Amino acid sequence: MGLMDRHAIIEKNATLLLVGSLLVVTVGGIVEIAPLFYLDNTIEKVEGMRPYSPLELAGRNVYVREGCYLCHSQMIRPFRDEVERYGHYSLAAESMYDHPFQWGSKRTGPDLARVGDRYSNGWHVQHLTDPRSVVPESIMPSYAFLKDQPIEVKDFSTHLVANGRVGVPYTDDMIAHANADLMAQADPNADTSGLETRYPKAKIGDFDGNPQQVTEMDALVAYLQMLGTLVDFKNYDEAAGYR
Amino acid sequence: MKFGTEIVALGLFAFAALVAAGFGVDEPFRQHMWVLFIVLVGFTVVLLRNTSFARAAAVDPSAYMDGPIRYGAIATMFWGVVGMLVGVVIALQLAYPDLNIQPWLNFGRLRPLHTSAVVFAFGGNALLCTSLYVVQRTSRARLFGGGLAWFVFWGYQLFIVMAATGYLLGITESREYAEPEWYVDIWLTIVWVAYLILFLGTILKRKEPHIYVANWFYLSFIVTIAMLHVVNNLSMPASFLGSKSYSAFSGVQDALTQWWYGHNAVGFFLTAGFLGMMYYFVPKQANRPVYSYRLSIIHFWALIFLYIWAGPHHLHYTALPDWAQTLGMVFSIMLWMPSWGGMINGLMTLSGAWDKLRTDPIIRMMVMAIAFYGMSTFEGPMMSIKAVNSLSHYTDWTIGHVHSGALGWVGMISFGAIYYMVPKLWNRDRLYSLRLVTWHFWLATLGIVVYAAVMWVSGIMQGLMWREYDEQGFLVYSFAETVAAMHPYYVMRAIGGAMYLSGALIMAWNVTMTILGHQREEEPMPGSVPALQPAE
Repeated sequence: MGLMDRHAIIEKNATLLLVGSLLVVTVGGIVEIAPLFYLDNTIEKVEGMRPYSPLELAGRNVYVREGCYLCHSQMIRPFRDEVERYGHYSLAAESMYDHPFQWGSKRTGPDLARVGDRYSNGWHVQHLTDPRSVVPESIMPSYAFLKDQPIEVKDFSTHLVANGRVGVPYTDDMIAHANADLMAQADPNADTSGLETRYPKAKIGDFDGNPQQVTEMDALVAYLQMLGTLVDFKNYDEAAGYR
Repeated sequence: MKFGTEIVALGLFAFAALVAAGFGVDEPFRQHMWVLFIVLVGFTVVLLRNTSFARAAAVDPSAYMDGPIRYGAIATMFWGVVGMLVGVVIALQLAYPDLNIQPWLNFGRLRPLHTSAVVFAFGGNALLCTSLYVVQRTSRARLFGGGLAWFVFWGYQLFIVMAATGYLLGITESREYAEPEWYVDIWLTIVWVAYLILFLGTILKRKEPHIYVANWFYLSFIVTIAMLHVVNNLSMPASFLGSKSYSAFSGVQDALTQWWYGHNAVGFFLTAGFLGMMYYFVPKQANRPVYSYRLSIIHFWALIFLYIWAGPHHLHYTALPDWAQTLGMVFSIMLWMPSWGGMINGLMTLSGAWDKLRTDPIIRMMVMAIAFYGMSTFEGPMMSIKAVNSLSHYTDWTIGHVHSGALGWVGMISFGAIYYMVPKLWNRDRLYSLRLVTWHFWLATLGIVVYAAVMWVSGIMQGLMWREYDEQGFLVYSFAETVAAMHPYYVMRAIGGAMYLSGALIMAWNVTMTILGHQREEEPMPGSVPALQPAE
């Protein structure tokens, strides 16, 4: 009896067919994905990575909500033209606190992995409000409505707690100050010494040009302005990071 | 039918939705719960109005249960037209950005609506109704579980409505093709498990000793999608009364989990399931047996084993470790073989019946589907080669590739299956019009050709412009210049898509008229009636 004839056994037994196909389809995932969780060299050793500040996290949520990832990648590949255009190629370490990742799959617009500090806050607000007023060729939609949407801060600490549960090292101190930190980061007159210790290199100030309230525009610009600014590449050992 | 339990359960869920709408912690969640409340109240009212205390007619346990399949065929057509229409709209938004209407109708919110509507609403309903049609007829058994099929059908429509309205409200996990948030994911899991029970239960009570090959593909599609969906959507809600959740994984692990899911949404949802369709409807329409039984065994096991490895090719040259990228590339190239094995098995089923290509536009549609399956499963492995991918990644070439598979393979084989099923489901002698099928065929085919060709040109152009250096070693083009260069191609792409949509509209008309019982008076297709020969 040849192998092909023995297949009749599976064809006559639905349970065997079900279990057999389930086993066959699990192999690939186990071999490819599971090691990423325990292989030490999957994420490079870098200095400077920290969890998102509450305002940055709120801005990131706006970024996700508006589907920015559908047209903008946050993943610079190690090619000459990309490194010249956008900066140092992206490291796995730079998205280690990203739940979910925002690498993207399409560049209808440019990569944003290192857009932080490239433009002024005012440019970002103008560009998000009326993209073609600053980049005539742009085909980006307008996001002017973000300026009129105050951030809902009933209890932003729940967002930090949820991130903590999936592995982001938010401390009790960070969680306790979540709401205050969120407001303070967009307020040029607030005492931000605690915020700056908790979130080194955090950009502070009124982002959207309207100091009266903290809007989603503040949050989104705060997020954009910190993208790619945390890791100091002067101290990065390229050879050690190679996988 | 009294629907007592159903009405009470729906009423309770509607009340729960109302409570959630009142106490939700974020605005989109409250709006979404209002949508859910209105939908559930609508369901409840419809059931109340259909309540009858007359004794229900006895169900003939030997007859096939075709009610949910009829609804499924209509839902397939409806969502197909909706999804393709949204596709044309977002294509036009890329060409004419003033068409964006913030916030609900911006490109970023409509794009997931388009992909989910065509993949899960159009494709999903096509899979649902054909799988239930095929499994009953190849098992010679009525659907398992009494009203379970109705639960699966309506539960799945509820999932679609919740996912779609969620996108417009900005509720998304940002995982491509798995965007719905945690509570919609939980609902889909329940519906999907019910679907698995329904399908498997029907196979288990079959009167045929062998499980037909189409059912292997359907079964593996259902069980694999269950696995992918559950793992990829693991997430931690910020509040159980809020829409926002955070993925269980982060960064590089999250990326590979997502593309393990994403590529196998293609591999199992859009391929294995539709191959099940091919293995039943092509032999039926051609009235020929499947070309090779042995090839179908190899095709099945090799395809499902290899597909699952291909995910990393979406992450070439990213921060994913090199070993995983290379593994993904190698398996993607190997995947070419079972894919073409399946294509050969489908095409060669027509041996001895090739003349039907001239006379039967439905067969023509199915053959074109298989041909596009072959083309896109050649293009895919090619694009998974790292050197090719370095050019094609992030460009419109990928979009073109997806559409040659989605419009060419998935769309055409579904159209063929619906054209085959509709007259049988409603007991009509034939379709309203075969000539309209021909129109549909040509509009769809030309639409795809325009679409794919334009995207090749624009994608490769875009990739080359990004990396072009002048002789002094400077980048030649700013990013904005490459965007401006895309405009004519975006316009042409929208035209290709509109052609495909107009074909689908013709089909919707044809199917509607068939269901209503009309037959268009028209010349038969040339060659379909043998010409009378004078007596010798």
